[in-house]
Amino acid sequence: MPVEIYLNVAASGLLTGLVYGLMALGLSVIFGVVRVVNFAHGEMMSLAMYLTLTLFSALKLDPLVLLVPIAAALFVFGYLLQRGLINPFINRPEHSQFMLLVAVALILVNLELIVFGPDAQGIRTTYSFDSFQVGPLIVDASKVYAAGAALVVAGALFAFFRYTLLGKAIRACADNYDGARVVGLDVKHLYALTFGIGSACVGAAGAMLMAVIDVTPTIGPAYTLLAFVIVITGGLGSMPGALLGGLLIGLTEALGGVLFTPSAKSMFAFGLLVLVLLFRPQGILGRKAGA
Amino acid sequence: MERSTGMNRRKFNTALATTGALAALSPFGIVRAQGAKLKVGLLLPRSGVQAGIGQDCHRVVEVTNGLLRDLGLPALDIMNGDTESNVDVARARAERLIGEGAQLLVGAFDSGQTTAIAQVAEQRGIPLVINIAAAPPITEQGYKFVFRNFPTAPMILGDAFANQLEVFAATGVSPKSVVFMHVNDTFGVAMQGGFTGVMKKFTMPYTVLETIAYDPAARDLSVEVAKAKAAGAEALVMVSRLNDAILITRELVKQRWTPQAVLSMGPGWYEDQYLKTLGKLADGPISFVPWYDPNKKLTQQLLAAHRKAYPDISLNTNHVYTFEALLVAADAYKRAGSTDPKALADAIRATHITNNVSPGPGIQFNAKGQNDKLKDSAIQNRGGKLVTVAPKDAADAKPQLPMAPYDKR
Repeated sequence: MPVEIYLNVAASGLLTGLVYGLMALGLSVIFGVVRVVNFAHGEMMSLAMYLTLTLFSALKLDPLVLLVPIAAALFVFGYLLQRGLINPFINRPEHSQFMLLVAVALILVNLELIVFGPDAQGIRTTYSFDSFQVGPLIVDASKVYAAGAALVVAGALFAFFRYTLLGKAIRACADNYDGARVVGLDVKHLYALTFGIGSACVGAAGAMLMAVIDVTPTIGPAYTLLAFVIVITGGLGSMPGALLGGLLIGLTEALGGVLFTPSAKSMFAFGLLVLVLLFRPQGILGRKAGA
Repeated sequence: MERSTGMNRRKFNTALATTGALAALSPFGIVRAQGAKLKVGLLLPRSGVQAGIGQDCHRVVEVTNGLLRDLGLPALDIMNGDTESNVDVARARAERLIGEGAQLLVGAFDSGQTTAIAQVAEQRGIPLVINIAAAPPITEQGYKFVFRNFPTAPMILGDAFANQLEVFAATGVSPKSVVFMHVNDTFGVAMQGGFTGVMKKFTMPYTVLETIAYDPAARDLSVEVAKAKAAGAEALVMVSRLNDAILITRELVKQRWTPQAVLSMGPGWYEDQYLKTLGKLADGPISFVPWYDPNKKLTQQLLAAHRKAYPDISLNTNHVYTFEALLVAADAYKRAGSTDPKALADAIRATHITNNVSPGPGIQFNAKGQNDKLKDSAIQNRGGKLVTVAPKDAADAKPQLPMAPYDKR
């Protein structure tokens, strides 16, 4: 098989992996600060995809433009969800949190089924069928734009947490809950903000993915699982780890599909996960418990 | 305390009179049974991965009772069951429909789900008329209550190869090599299993360079198409569903590869949603599928009724074979004169319907419960519409190959 095929597939896998990484980044941010595992993560992404579909149909705006209002809408959704529903569960046993978020996921899936029906739906942008040719490489234009946007959003998020007072306050909550309260931080508000920011990440990823794939109400669980695989591989709670995990999973699936059989490409992503769990349980960029 | 005997003269006379009246009216009982509608449990994947196709199959229910009435057949009482595109759910829904009074089952589009339903039907002694399902083992189990008016995978393949040769001869374009891509589900695997064996019986001009299986729920098929393109084949032979057919076409365009021909042996490529979603990019593929004979009288009636009910949706395999399954049920019920499952099964076994829709001599079942007289057609997407290009005696257009390049449309 010519070497171009490997290059093409690797490029495609890396680009898709960047968008996956942004989606998983939301999960990692939420867990890293609030210590709640969002089992409705994929369903929230499908909600973002349906919002993109609706706004695209009504306004004919590009998903890359819609990314901003969709992320804002998901931020509000996430904030209210955490403040109104999840916050009372923060100190409850983990199985209570799990059941609550699974219930949220089921409600979202069924609402989408009622409103949008079961059929796969997609959007057609002006560049839906475009590709860029660079030497032997042919790269999907939609994936290039989506990956570029993912990098910008991820960069903005890193800058927010590193250089803004609010970002530092959120990190303080993550590092020392009691200490943050002692110095007068409104932890409940900061938790809700964090959940909102994580949701905004997944909203942005959903808007971008809409340019690449079709959406169905049942798409959510697969992406929740994918997000878990990515953050566990990269390191739960680590923001760079989530992006790295996305890239690795995207690349592994793509190359596994070419080298072996495409129908078993997910197997390779799970194989990577097993290897990471065996040899570096905290994830590639994760910190050891107590470290 | 007074002891009741439970029976006195007055009660005895009343009981006698009632018994006499019932005995006198008993012949009318048969008439009443014939007048009641047959309860048909229609099992389809109306949600989940195959939801679009399940919903499409169900559309024909809207027009069926009207057509049955025109044919002098009894109307049916349709009880709907959603298999959710899941084998276990299909089994449970079949049990539930029977529990709720279904006297005959029809379904279920997918071979895996249909296999599960067939087991339930046979165990419970309720006839199952399969609308669409191609896996051969379903009618190889010695079942007494399972009937299929749909070609098996080898039948589809045999007709597909025969029709391909006719198309190649008519166009003068014969690909020398192909990549065979198939969806990795029960139907796809059955077709893949039969492909090599059946192909040997025909002198095909091409060799298969690579066989690629892919996940039926895949959201991205770029790797699969890249692998197919890298094989350097002149044409693609496909066994797919709707969503993956759309995904593959998108990838063909993006990866700048227009094969000489896309030869599909399954659903997807000729469906309305495929044509609407892809517009001019949908033109060109040829599907070798169970279809309808446009020259038959009942086809014209079904086309007219369907057009009236769904002006924007073309009649297709899903409608035709779901309608014919219901036609078999109504015809058998009329001849059986009873809802007794065994009588219904015996009547279905003796079916001989010549006024039908599908190509071939009509509907009849062999000892295994299979209609082995069915014929398939070759249809091509042309200008957003479908034309039948083979076999010649059931065609309304000539085939066109090679496909126009995607970037020149």
